[in-house]
Amino acid sequence: MPELGKYAAEVLLAYGASGAILGALIAVTLWQARAAKRDEER
Amino acid sequence: MSIWEYANPVRFMGWTGRLLPWLWGGAALLVVGGLVWGFFFTPDDFRMGSTVKIIYLHVPSALMAINGWFVMVVASLIWLIRRHHVSALVARAAAPVGAVMTVVGLVTGAVWGQPMWGTWWVWDPRLTSFFVLFLFYLGYIALWQAIEDPDAAADLTSVLALVGGVFAILSRYAVLFWNQGLHQGATLSLDAEENIADVFWLPLVTTMAGFGLLFLALVLTRARMHVRLRRARARMLRTRVA
Repeated sequence: MPELGKYAAEVLLAYGASGAILGALIAVTLWQARAAKRDEER
Repeated sequence: MSIWEYANPVRFMGWTGRLLPWLWGGAALLVVGGLVWGFFFTPDDFRMGSTVKIIYLHVPSALMAINGWFVMVVASLIWLIRRHHVSALVARAAAPVGAVMTVVGLVTGAVWGQPMWGTWWVWDPRLTSFFVLFLFYLGYIALWQAIEDPDAAADLTSVLALVGGVFAILSRYAVLFWNQGLHQGATLSLDAEENIADVFWLPLVTTMAGFGLLFLALVLTRARMHVRLRRARARMLRTRVA
């Protein structure tokens, strides 16, 4: 872990929030895509 | 073969199916690689301290938020002029991805701004135009949801995409021609004197390329989903008529 100094909270918050938001978008997209594929194949 | 044949839904599903694993793999490699490089292996900036590490998220997400709208404008123009259904679905698919990129840009900008500017938010021209772009994204998504007839929805959302293009341009170039507000100038420029140092530039370009591939992978995955949903809907309507 690098030494982030007095701005550690801000840097970690930015990375954590971005990871959560982008991770949710990727998960929802893949889940919806699989559901649509199942619908088409049914 | 004409380029427009790639927009044929059957062909589109074929070539995107072959391309997508490479896009997802490339995006994962460049995003993770660029962020690890930037977070662990670059020094602090002499003015910004460790908050400089936030640019590896903020700049690529803001770039894709604005470019995402341009993708929608181009796809909408193709729909309006040539009536290719896949282009309308690509525009529709790009909207949630662009909206999320805008949220990431807004959140990382606010988190960076608090210690650097002393405030989470200010009604600066670039920030305001970027926020208005986010509202356009929400309006665009809502308009698709609100209209049942897909062609009418594609027509109206295409017009909205063209109108919103003004704010995308404004957001992109506000720092250049609007010399007021807190937001600094462009981080990267063709003018070498304005560019950030190489030690920050290289991982930043890596994450920018990664976010570009991630955007493409997400948009194509979502466009394929919309093609499938439309096929399922058509089959359901045929069954109902029979």
